[in-house]
Amino acid sequence: MTTDTPTRAPGGRLPRPARGAGLSHSAAPPRERDQRRPRATRAETLHAGAWWLWALGLATAASRTTNPLLLGLLVSVAGYVVAARRTDAPWARSYGAFLKLGLAVIGIRLVFAFALGSPIPGTHTLVTLPEVPLPDWAQGVRIGGRVHAEGLVFALYDGLKLAALLVCVGAANALANPARLLKSLPGALYEAGVAVVVAMTFAPNLVSDVQRLRAARRLRGRADRGPKALLQVGLPVLEGALERSVALAAAMDARGYGRTARVPRAVRHTTSVLTLGGLVGVCAGTYGLLADAGAGYGTPVLVAGLAAALAGLWLGGRRSARTRYRPDRWGVRAWLVSASGAAVAALMVWANGYAPAALHPPAVPLTAPELPLWPAASILLGLLPAFVAPAPGPRSPEEEEQ
Amino acid sequence: MIRFEQVSVTYGDDTAAPALDGVDLTVPEGELCLLVGPSGVGKSTLLGTVSGLVPHFTGGTLRGRVTVAGRDTRTHRPRELADVVGTVGQDPLAHFVTDTVEDELAYGMESLGVAPAVMRRRVEETLDLLGLAGLRDRPLATLSGGQQQRVAIGSVLTTHPKVLVLDEPTSALDPGAAEEVLAVLQRLVHDLGTTVLMAEHRLERVVQYADQVILLPGPGEAPVTGTPAGMMAISPVRPPVVSLGRLAGWSPLPLSVRDARRRAASLKERLPETEAALPKPRRESGKAGSEPAEVTHLSVRHGRTAALRDITLTAAPGEIIAVMGRNGAGKSTLLRSLVGMHRPNGGSVRVGGVTPHRTAPAELLRHVGLVPQEPRDLLYADTVGAECAAADEDAGAEPGTCRALVSELLPGVPDATHPRDLSEGQRLALALAVVLAARPPLLLLDEPTRGLDYAAKERLVEILRGLAAEGHAIVMATHDVELAAELAHRVVVIAEGEVVADGPTAEVVVASPAFAPQVAKILAPLPWLTVPQVRAALEEAR
Repeated sequence: MTTDTPTRAPGGRLPRPARGAGLSHSAAPPRERDQRRPRATRAETLHAGAWWLWALGLATAASRTTNPLLLGLLVSVAGYVVAARRTDAPWARSYGAFLKLGLAVIGIRLVFAFALGSPIPGTHTLVTLPEVPLPDWAQGVRIGGRVHAEGLVFALYDGLKLAALLVCVGAANALANPARLLKSLPGALYEAGVAVVVAMTFAPNLVSDVQRLRAARRLRGRADRGPKALLQVGLPVLEGALERSVALAAAMDARGYGRTARVPRAVRHTTSVLTLGGLVGVCAGTYGLLADAGAGYGTPVLVAGLAAALAGLWLGGRRSARTRYRPDRWGVRAWLVSASGAAVAALMVWANGYAPAALHPPAVPLTAPELPLWPAASILLGLLPAFVAPAPGPRSPEEEEQ
Repeated sequence: MIRFEQVSVTYGDDTAAPALDGVDLTVPEGELCLLVGPSGVGKSTLLGTVSGLVPHFTGGTLRGRVTVAGRDTRTHRPRELADVVGTVGQDPLAHFVTDTVEDELAYGMESLGVAPAVMRRRVEETLDLLGLAGLRDRPLATLSGGQQQRVAIGSVLTTHPKVLVLDEPTSALDPGAAEEVLAVLQRLVHDLGTTVLMAEHRLERVVQYADQVILLPGPGEAPVTGTPAGMMAISPVRPPVVSLGRLAGWSPLPLSVRDARRRAASLKERLPETEAALPKPRRESGKAGSEPAEVTHLSVRHGRTAALRDITLTAAPGEIIAVMGRNGAGKSTLLRSLVGMHRPNGGSVRVGGVTPHRTAPAELLRHVGLVPQEPRDLLYADTVGAECAAADEDAGAEPGTCRALVSELLPGVPDATHPRDLSEGQRLALALAVVLAARPPLLLLDEPTRGLDYAAKERLVEILRGLAAEGHAIVMATHDVELAAELAHRVVVIAEGEVVADGPTAEVVVASPAFAPQVAKILAPLPWLTVPQVRAALEEAR
């Protein structure tokens, strides 16, 4: 079995291999022009933080508009980048789940608007459902009744916005390895972070356990479908998960997880004081900012609190003796990717100033939404990562063979 | 390097029998030390005391003292021993903390705070040492069993431990992958001077590499230490090569096939040249279309990869077929297709005249039964009694059918026992009884000897022979060449989803060095495969 891929000479065309492995590459347009971009090997992988900044930028943009055309464009931009740049790793497969979740959100929002009515006044009645009479104390709540087109359109726009946010988060999830992101955390938070990542890897394990045990039910001559089957495998699945976590904890302990360095007493005490004091400062500062009376002292207290908390974290990191193996480097490509996300967000916020109507098409009266030219163009900036981020490595050796 | 001083371990309260008692021994630096004994004698407990997981992690009371490189495990927690002891268990997936090969290799060093430049160098060295360089960016879940086990060993090696503790490192591996892992261990002992303490049931794979053998004869009994040959002479568990040596009266006992072959000349002369004792299938050819299993041109795809391609296979009543092949070759997929868990993408599967994936589970139960790789998956109830009652109900059998089977397969297990408290072999027998309650004419077993000691394996062989004699067709997927040689009438070798060999056991296993049992290798070109066959032949010749 050969795992090595054909090497690509810089600037040169890939010589077409005799066994036809090149077909799958040339079929996908973005990969055809990949020759000047490095493969996403360990050394060249984009910093996970850059992907998250890019995705958060798109999400911010999505939260600033309800125009379905712009939202659709945002989702397509995120989708295109994911399709072009995601790897074959397990976490990269979560994108589909986020898409489905987004569709479910839209569906639920529409069903609610349909059944429970909408606060939006409307004139275009689609259907009139029988209204359920409710007692007096439930005033303001309506079940059934007239369904307006305006209400449904409003719900659709709203749901679409939420779905676009979810898709952006999903894109970051599919593109960035969650474990890599951890490596960028301060040392003091690392152990908590490992716990979170380990917990996240348990979900796929649980799913495969459920599948295996349901299949085993079939061997006992019991139905392997239906809610009853799912309930009956629940206990064994939980037992299995518990056993696995104990085994993993033992393995981690035996490999030195949680070893601490000796630090002087004074440093330990300073750490506690700084962290606690910082947190109190943050709370007080936030309260000051939100309450009318304390607008004057709010900001400085918040800033001081944050600084103290960060110093506490930094000092706390000295207790952990960990070092980091090949942390991701923040290079030019990472700057470009995160900047494209930030640019999309900033331009969209700015667009809210010059074209608020186009960004928020009214549901009342019903009008067809237009595609505002400049905001749409600014969203297209989000496509930049599809061209500058390192291309994913070969999928799997078997597929390369085919 | 490792010193045990009057060590005993008790789980639960003080009145419970100790899991380990009177251990007083030393493992010198740079030796490969093998821990042998029947199941349930405390091998894993003994290994756990070295890494400090017993008692810090498992609970229980440790008396006496264990010191590793001068550190007392009572005062050092496992994480404080992490730089001197590396532990690898049977299931590498349970050991992995990160998700790619390179990160996994670096994880232990990161915890210990090794400098980045040193980490980088050691990861590269370890990738080369274990032959993993081509896999460095691969997600761990996509590796084969042997590759995963090598990564698990590599992940503890990078911290340069003085002691490596391995609990059944090759049990789940096919013969080729096991060789890979053992070659790596050999290299560590020879080149790096690492001390290795290893427990393993499959002695035929490891005993020739050991410098010292620690035998735990029974639960709570004190261990005996000695040279491998000396220990094998008294051990209740022994590989076929040793059994053959004992049968032939060789002294000192041979431990490797090579040793034995040198002495085999006289034995070969004593053996008759007939093909006497080879197992013959009891072929009661049924009517066409109602054979226990008929697979014709079967293809199964998982997503984009073809798991099985154009497989044709028929099992007759009373026939035992062993399906062999490396990890991931499609053995389990074939068995699962026979119980309808996979829909064929081409060709057809019929068991006793019905199509498995279109048959209701309750009906299918009467045609075919599968004991999965993890027998525990089949067991839901809290007690053996309840499990049996449920099995009778599922199968529509007379109440008491399953219980009678359990008493036959597993004498002396009370109804109130929790299935979780059974040993690996007992649990397998219980799962077998549960499946047999419906009297399926076709019985499928996936990796039945994983985790079984020789005694449990012998019982299993007897049980399966009995079932075949009653007319059950048996198809088992296994890596255990000795089991296949002893039991199977026919061996089917699968590679990458295709049948690459199919024929009588004697022909197929002898033709391939990876699948040949030890006795066949020693006595080649004579046709004997197992020690009992040789014994019978010798008695006949006398």
